[in-house]
Amino acid sequence: MHTNPVSPLLQLQNLQISYGGIQAVKGINLELYSGELVCLIGANGAGKTTTLNAIGGVLPIAGGDIHYAGDRINTVPAHKRLRRGIALVPEGRGIFTRLTVEENLRMGAYTRNDKNAIESDLERVYTMLPRVKERLPQVAGTLSGGEQQMVAIGRALLSRPKLLLLDEPSMGLAPLVVEKIFEVVQTVAKEGVTILLVEQNANLALEFAQRGYVMESGKITLTGTGEALLADPKVRAAYLGEAA
Amino acid sequence: MTPRTVVRVMPARLMDPTAAPDWRLVRLGKGIMETLIQQLINGLVIGSVYALIALGYTMVYGILGLINFAHGDVLMVGALVALQTMTFLMGMAPGMSPLVMLSIALLVAIVVCMLLGFTMERLAYRRLRNAPRLAPLITAIGVSFLLQTIAMIIWGRNYHTYPQLISTTPLQPIEGVFITPVQITIIFGSAALMIGLLLLVNRTKIGRAMRATAENHRVASLMGVDTNAVIAFTFVIGAGLAAVAGVMFASNYGIAHYGMGFMPGLKAFTAAVLGGIGNLGGAMLGGIVLGVVESFGAGYIENLTFGFLNSSYQDIFAFLILGLVLIFRPTGLLGERVSDRA
Repeated sequence: MHTNPVSPLLQLQNLQISYGGIQAVKGINLELYSGELVCLIGANGAGKTTTLNAIGGVLPIAGGDIHYAGDRINTVPAHKRLRRGIALVPEGRGIFTRLTVEENLRMGAYTRNDKNAIESDLERVYTMLPRVKERLPQVAGTLSGGEQQMVAIGRALLSRPKLLLLDEPSMGLAPLVVEKIFEVVQTVAKEGVTILLVEQNANLALEFAQRGYVMESGKITLTGTGEALLADPKVRAAYLGEAA
Repeated sequence: MTPRTVVRVMPARLMDPTAAPDWRLVRLGKGIMETLIQQLINGLVIGSVYALIALGYTMVYGILGLINFAHGDVLMVGALVALQTMTFLMGMAPGMSPLVMLSIALLVAIVVCMLLGFTMERLAYRRLRNAPRLAPLITAIGVSFLLQTIAMIIWGRNYHTYPQLISTTPLQPIEGVFITPVQITIIFGSAALMIGLLLLVNRTKIGRAMRATAENHRVASLMGVDTNAVIAFTFVIGAGLAAVAGVMFASNYGIAHYGMGFMPGLKAFTAAVLGGIGNLGGAMLGGIVLGVVESFGAGYIENLTFGFLNSSYQDIFAFLILGLVLIFRPTGLLGERVSDRA
């Protein structure tokens, strides 16, 4: 293992990402230590999702470096990053709508061969997400948005990730459902999974996160603990809907 | 081909309803029934072969949105490689049992076609994965020409007599209805393969990965699926089925030729569209339906057109169906989603 308490699990150095001729991420630095829950907040189009997709390996980078667990993983394809412990719950959940709920969950364990451990992990996911268990044989496309988000998170957990990337888990969901999902996120964090959370709902994200990064038009403009950012007048004005 | 019973009797009773029952008419009734069953059997045989080929089209379409027009030529390669193997074995070990010989030939054909499918995807289609959709389509047609030309160079332009290693002597399960052991083998062999494929796709881990990849490449890769490998696997399985279909097709008609893949390929494509392209069950159903319709069409086209067209015009039916499906139900019999792809 390359990790030790002082070196970050994930480190982005001067990361640049372009697509369609537009530079969406313009050289950002970000660090994430083992066991942390960190959020990345910012307005629509700031480059948060782009950054997350690049870490997950589904988007190529144009410059800079991604270090994970001591290795430079710039060109490692997505399916190999999962094997190393990086799981991304993509924006819009990315549920396989034509597969059943159980098949969706089992896709999360695709790279694993430890049958017994998979079954016990499935049971753990069921206890964490009781609503999901009732729907196992159902085709996943018939689930509500909240249930799909639960399945997407449960599916990611079945890969036993070290680093969980969550892209707007609250998107399009009712407040009560969002609360449930954040409870789950917190449980997962308490179990020691390192989480990078992208959210537009800055208030909620900063409340849960230990640290936060604020992103604006492809750059990181502010960073600090969740509390400090929540108290920052600029953040309050820009993202929490308060007058400066 | 199986003998076809043609019964023509003057319908005397229609002219005079009071006349005594005409026994020739009763015999005609029986003849009609037998002809019907015969056409149904013929249709099932050719339909099974269409279904096997259609599965290859539909699997590749489901996962890539690509119509692999070279798929029919994979069938031709399968038939000719098997022929070559059988010829070789007959020379090397003349005493070998025909069944063993056929099995070896089939196995060689399957392996060669699987390699061909793999190579095709790797060299021709993979690099066009993100190209405008017309590019891979035109490439597929190019690959088709390439395969036919290579086959022509290797096996020449002549029609080859196909060895009948399974008996083609017709059996008569019902009086007046004929079926050959080859045809029985085709029906049961393709049914077994189709069941096997359904189990593979619906009950195994790789099958689940195939379905996941078909729905969303990106998310599948996020699950740790090597989507390139899954796509290659899909081509390989489709090509293996085509190899078997090629040997069946050539054995049934007793003939093989470098251009033999074109027509069954086109018809199997029609079958895949008829069933709902991208849908495995649809390809099977479409293949069988197409085979049966074509068989009945061939049997009755002469009566339908008052002798103007004969059974050599049977190909009309497949493409008539294609036209009708595209006009009235573009999603096919079992297709659920409206696709704008291909």
